[in-house]
Amino acid sequence: MLRYLGHRVLLLIPVVFGVITISFFLMHMSPGDPARTLLGPKASQHSVDLLRHQWGLDRGLGWQYLHFLGATVTGQLGDSFYFASPIMQLLRLRIPVTLLLMLMGAIFAVVIAVPLSVVSTTSRHSYSAAVVRGFNAVVQGMPTFFIGSMLILFLGLKAGAFPAGGYPSSGFPAQLRALILPAFTVALGMVPLLVRSLNASMTEISRSEFVAFGRAKGLDRGRVMLRYVIRNSSIAGISILGIQVAVLAGGTLVVEQVFALPGMGSLLMDAILNRDYPVVQACTLTFAILVVLIYLVTDLLYAALDPRVRQV
Amino acid sequence: MTNAGTTVAVIDNGIGVPLRTWAPRFLRARNLQLYAGGLLLLAIVALVALAPVLTPYNPAATDPLNALQGFGGAHLLGTDNLGRDTWSRLLYGGRVDLTIAFLAVLVPFVSGVLIGTLSGYAGGWLDAIVMRIADIVVAFPFYVLVITLVFVLGSGERSIFIAISTVSWVAYARIVRAEVLVLRKREFIEAGRASGIGTTRMVFRHVLPNVITQAIVYSMSDIVMNIGVIVTLSYFGLGIVPPTPDWGGMMSNGQQFLAGGYYSLTLVPAAAVVLTSLALSLVGDGLAHALRIHR
Repeated sequence: MLRYLGHRVLLLIPVVFGVITISFFLMHMSPGDPARTLLGPKASQHSVDLLRHQWGLDRGLGWQYLHFLGATVTGQLGDSFYFASPIMQLLRLRIPVTLLLMLMGAIFAVVIAVPLSVVSTTSRHSYSAAVVRGFNAVVQGMPTFFIGSMLILFLGLKAGAFPAGGYPSSGFPAQLRALILPAFTVALGMVPLLVRSLNASMTEISRSEFVAFGRAKGLDRGRVMLRYVIRNSSIAGISILGIQVAVLAGGTLVVEQVFALPGMGSLLMDAILNRDYPVVQACTLTFAILVVLIYLVTDLLYAALDPRVRQV
Repeated sequence: MTNAGTTVAVIDNGIGVPLRTWAPRFLRARNLQLYAGGLLLLAIVALVALAPVLTPYNPAATDPLNALQGFGGAHLLGTDNLGRDTWSRLLYGGRVDLTIAFLAVLVPFVSGVLIGTLSGYAGGWLDAIVMRIADIVVAFPFYVLVITLVFVLGSGERSIFIAISTVSWVAYARIVRAEVLVLRKREFIEAGRASGIGTTRMVFRHVLPNVITQAIVYSMSDIVMNIGVIVTLSYFGLGIVPPTPDWGGMMSNGQQFLAGGYYSLTLVPAAAVVLTSLALSLVGDGLAHALRIHR
């Protein structure tokens, strides 16, 4: 197990390296100059050049890349061009918001998806299954920003039940409340695929012999469903959930923008718009690490839950 | 994503399968989803393709005197804040969105299927390299890659198409590769190889036809996702450049008027997006059923 873990962690290094390399060159290739963006169109070329020199942007791209790699490996993320403050400090404020959003989103998604999949598994070909399928297809078709803005309009502004956006700087309960609608939006993005795969694995499991045996033994339907079917399909469910959460790590960019949340996604979006190279680098690095860690944890959980995988 | 070996046909003896169904008897035997979805999709494509014939107004023509009109009257679906006809914009916008969404599936489909097949069939260092590249693309937050790519390339249809294509071949490559790995161990492939059939012929005649069905089914949900991405990019002002109508642009433009009670400006294009996705999902499910793939 330890060897397996070590091997897996080693495999992550080239992936993270590849991501930051690509994002470095993409950012430097994109039009627009950070110094010009910060100083505005009326600043003199001289002051722009001075700032570029100070940031090391007047050096060769190769030098900048090596410098950046060296700094990243030694854990120095440097200062933001735009905010002129240490990036570490920015990330420390922003990361918890995004993590909490993703966690709440995942919990909501499971809470919504499991009952729906049970309904569509136990009563296949019935009206309720058709309703679940219809719900799935409709939700899958709705873009995240649209779901978000509809929730803001109806539950936030019209009903006034939840904050319509923004994030209080202190007070954990208030922060949680501010994340309810965003997390629900994130969850709805994950539900269709989750229901679909859970339904497939539940259907497969309920056709297996040990389930038939459980029923034959006289156990009631609910118990068979819970102990035999749901428990076994949770293995497949976890791997799908892992992939979904990893995919939605990037999707938080959209949700945070719609709900005006001060998370990693909105930091990154602003950084891209401001050509704030160091922040873009730091954010993609963080997102990449987050994504590969989620995949790793998913695989480990999978192995822990399913003894058949561990032996390989 | 999908488990290996799922293409094996399941013989349904009818025992233990609930017979209750919501479809009338004459439809039950047929593939209802495929027909309903196909019909809906055909209708949408026809409407969008015939946009010049079906729309009485120029989608970009403004008419401030008739701004923010309701349904009916001279404008079937009303007008937006600049007095542009919503029905015309809807159809012309659909042309733009659906064309990119479709093209941005075609290219990744072909490249992803080819890469996945070759990588799975050849194995070794080629496979290792391809899968590491796939890992990197997957670890890159999707919208970050797309948004930075659109920045580098400049906004517009071509950039969106390139950005989506760079990312989404990975899913096809992974799906197909997993199938090939299973298929490679089957007797008929080994028999073919043993009897001296060349690699090119083996791949194109015997491997590819057996693994492509999963990819076809996946491509339906991929189009849905592409529409979502295109619309979202336009919403952020990074997609289709304004005078050209597009569903995302219409939705983001309409949002300013939601609080004032003008829901239709946002809801009409949203309904178009949802209906199109619904049609594609139905076709996808129907195809999966027809091809006996259990997802």
